[in-house]
Amino acid sequence: MDESLAAKIIAEVAAVKRIPLESITIDSTFEELAMDSLDAMNLLFSLEEHFGISIPDEAANSIKDIRSAVAGVARILAEKESAQG
Amino acid sequence: MSIPSGRRVVVTGAGVLSALGSNSAECWSALCEGRSGIAPIQSVDMAGLRFQNGAEARSFRAGDHFEASRCDLIDRFAQFAVVAARQAVTEAGLDLSGSARAKTAVITGTSMGGQTSLDRGFVAIYKEGKPRPHPFTIPLTMYNAGASQISMDLGITGPAFTISTACASATHAIGQAFWMVRSGAVEAALCGGSEAPFSPGILRAWEAMRVVTPDVCRPFSRDRRGLTLGEGGAMLVLEPAERAMARGARIMGEVLGFGMSSDASHVTQPSVEGPTAAMAAALNDAQMEPTSVDYINAHGTGTPANDAIETRAIRQLFGAHAGKLAISSTKSMHGHALGAAGALEAFATLMALRESVLPPTISFSEADPECDLDVIPNTPRHRQIEFALSNSFAFGGLNAVLAFRRWEGSSAAK
Repeated sequence: MDESLAAKIIAEVAAVKRIPLESITIDSTFEELAMDSLDAMNLLFSLEEHFGISIPDEAANSIKDIRSAVAGVARILAEKESAQG
Repeated sequence: MSIPSGRRVVVTGAGVLSALGSNSAECWSALCEGRSGIAPIQSVDMAGLRFQNGAEARSFRAGDHFEASRCDLIDRFAQFAVVAARQAVTEAGLDLSGSARAKTAVITGTSMGGQTSLDRGFVAIYKEGKPRPHPFTIPLTMYNAGASQISMDLGITGPAFTISTACASATHAIGQAFWMVRSGAVEAALCGGSEAPFSPGILRAWEAMRVVTPDVCRPFSRDRRGLTLGEGGAMLVLEPAERAMARGARIMGEVLGFGMSSDASHVTQPSVEGPTAAMAAALNDAQMEPTSVDYINAHGTGTPANDAIETRAIRQLFGAHAGKLAISSTKSMHGHALGAAGALEAFATLMALRESVLPPTISFSEADPECDLDVIPNTPRHRQIEFALSNSFAFGGLNAVLAFRRWEGSSAAK
């Protein structure tokens, strides 16, 4: 787990959902954070902007909590890096 | 159960433009044969978008219908409205001379109005650095342009207005027109909807919502991944049954009832209660029992959420009778034409009643336990039906449902 990536993603979630950073942990699920489909869509948009990536629908559908968001973004960033070689 | 009073209302003409064709005959022929109008989008550069498919009205050319100078003043969505209205009036043989002009209403629906023109205007400002957009941008963009252009084109001076309730716009418009004719407020109405959402900005806004399938729209199928955007327009002529019979008009079918509701819950996540209440309200308005319904033209967008929720709403209202209903989503063929959808689907429902052919849900590949209804998969069904509903459920939780009845003597056996 990339701790700094996790911290950045938690910060994005806090900003999107407008909740205190301290209320979010690496183990938080979107359900626990009361994030509905619209919040999730908003978060994906923020992550795409923040990291300069495109999150395909398949990857988006698997992001249901902080851990899966970190894993998903890490994978797309790694793919981007290897493509840029 | 309250008893609505008023006159019987029938549909005597339809004008239709969509990805399935440029008139009612072409569109019905595709619907009853299960032909898709969905294909890679050609009118917009789709490079970099997550989806490529749409249901474009490719056979439509503005120049075939309008003088060049007038084309510049009417956005594509309003062009669809006017051409569909002309077709509907011709098919109905509607008299729009003398005092009839003031006793006819025009009620149009659109979700996005002329936003493609606004998009173009914003490109001029933000990208090309121009000081202002084209001076026609406001009249091109306004949502009432369809109603206004129809009234000017046909000389109709009665009530004219536009309803914008996202994907339920046209159904709300037809419902209001039905009530106005039934009550005697007007002697005839042109009603329906039109939409032309294919512009780079609008398509990217839809992409950002993650509700458009990268595949094709597969309503009620287990592998459905979202909707496919469509464009087009459909207008119906409504008039009192007595008058239509007296003048020997060919009647497509009867409008029996109209019902509305609001979810009052979430802006995009549909509820079971709202659609159930709207269907119940339409049946109540039509003085129909749920068990008399034969066919439902579903909202059926092909998104995972809509189709499962709509199934639950139908099961909740119809109980055991839900298993006997034939249901289809014609969006699988003409795409989701947003504010025009309800009118395209009202047309499909009326033709199913008149021609005794139920259009299928095409591109259906696998049954979904969450959509366990008879959705007429892939193959049209030849069956005479008496009563049908057409469902429209909008983003924002606004629901509208129309109830129709087959008109005796209007069958294909003519």
